[in-house]
Amino acid sequence: MIPGDKIDDSGRYKAGPGTYFIGRDIFASRLGLLAERNGTLGVIPLSGVYNPRPGDLVIGIVTEVGPSNWMTDINAPYPAPMHSSETPWKIEFGETAEYLRPKDAILCKILFVDENKKVQVTMKEPNLRKLQGGQVIEISPAKVARVIGKNGSMSALIKKYTDCWMFVGQNGRIWVNGDLPMIQATIDTIRLIEAEAHKSGLTERVEAFLKERAGAPKVPTTPRMEAEVQ
Amino acid sequence: MELINKKGVRMDGRKPDQMRDVRIEAGVLHRADGSAYLEWGGNKVLAAVYGPREAIPRHSQDATKAVVKCRYNMAAFSVDDRKRPGPDRRSQEISKVISEAFENVILTEEFPRAQIDVNIEILEAEAGTRCAGLTAAAVALADAGIPMTGLISACAAGKAGGHVILDLGKAEDNYGEADLPVAINHQTGEVVLLQMDGDLSQKEFDQALEYAIRGCKEVHELQKAALMKRYASHNGGGEA
Repeated sequence: MIPGDKIDDSGRYKAGPGTYFIGRDIFASRLGLLAERNGTLGVIPLSGVYNPRPGDLVIGIVTEVGPSNWMTDINAPYPAPMHSSETPWKIEFGETAEYLRPKDAILCKILFVDENKKVQVTMKEPNLRKLQGGQVIEISPAKVARVIGKNGSMSALIKKYTDCWMFVGQNGRIWVNGDLPMIQATIDTIRLIEAEAHKSGLTERVEAFLKERAGAPKVPTTPRMEAEVQ
Repeated sequence: MELINKKGVRMDGRKPDQMRDVRIEAGVLHRADGSAYLEWGGNKVLAAVYGPREAIPRHSQDATKAVVKCRYNMAAFSVDDRKRPGPDRRSQEISKVISEAFENVILTEEFPRAQIDVNIEILEAEAGTRCAGLTAAAVALADAGIPMTGLISACAAGKAGGHVILDLGKAEDNYGEADLPVAINHQTGEVVLLQMDGDLSQKEFDQALEYAIRGCKEVHELQKAALMKRYASHNGGGEA
């Protein structure tokens, strides 16, 4: 679909994301692929920036430290502040820099987005934490869904072969940790998925690539999650 | 100089209502969010789109919608005599009218407080660069995944040697009587840019406008084809 293409004029569908309507007619507003779901027509974008939505799990990077809050870059058009009360720690006023400093990566959740797109993030939930060790890479936010796969099938596949810790943020940032050669294999696999995101038979190709790069599926080691939590 | 002969053939051998060859390629720059390269006769244009991103300086932000910041620039080597680099009156005007044309089609309300940068670089100029730039920028915007009501395409018409003609060439632009660049939003048919340099009678204007809109439609097909080609391999191509 190309912006301005008429998708439907029957009036039987609802206009979903990536579309707009005039009367009964639904038109595409973005470049992408047409998808129909429960009577709603939408366009799955092929490109574009991350648009924050409440509840999204994202990887933020601290850019500024204030006396009672941090500014984070969540790869969106908007900066996202995080207040010191939105962390798992008990922080005295002015002691924020002892917990997070600029360039630190954090796993956080979008707390809310208002109509002016003022965004706030939170770390006050289980598993949300400062990311230590490993690597953070960036992909196009439009391709995140393919890296995760249906019900997490694609990321599960990667984890099965590489035995890496991987977290895919909705904002297109991916954190990977594990053995160094396996981190590289994981990153190469993600790059492959990004490049071929809209071709069919992706899962088979990814599996073949993983077999070549990472060898046989690994026996999962004990969860490293505990060690990572600060 | 005879811009158009008695048989109605123009200096470069075109008919009055015939356009120059146009070639468009989308997604040519990897650092940009969206980009396009366009050749229109002797014009060579590169367009790059960045954003939406946080609008800087802060006072340029609009709390209700995104601002479109277009920068049209001609390279020093784009014309016969060296052009003094940097913005001048002409390029500032073109940047402004192109920004305003795009503000009409981009769904700016989806990105309050953000800015969308559109950079248009004219590498080689041969009449009709604002239309060429606008056409290339529209493809770059679509490539960047920016929501729009429709694609903009542009084409000029005018009058040279006493005839109304489509898509003026260099000599026709310099020595002709009038130039009428037009840009339309394809989905609605709205005119988003219309300028006129020179004089046309009402009848001539009507015909020139009709020519220009027909030209826009031709260009639109090429824009669509360029975007389709960019993602052809993504639509299951190669292994169907």
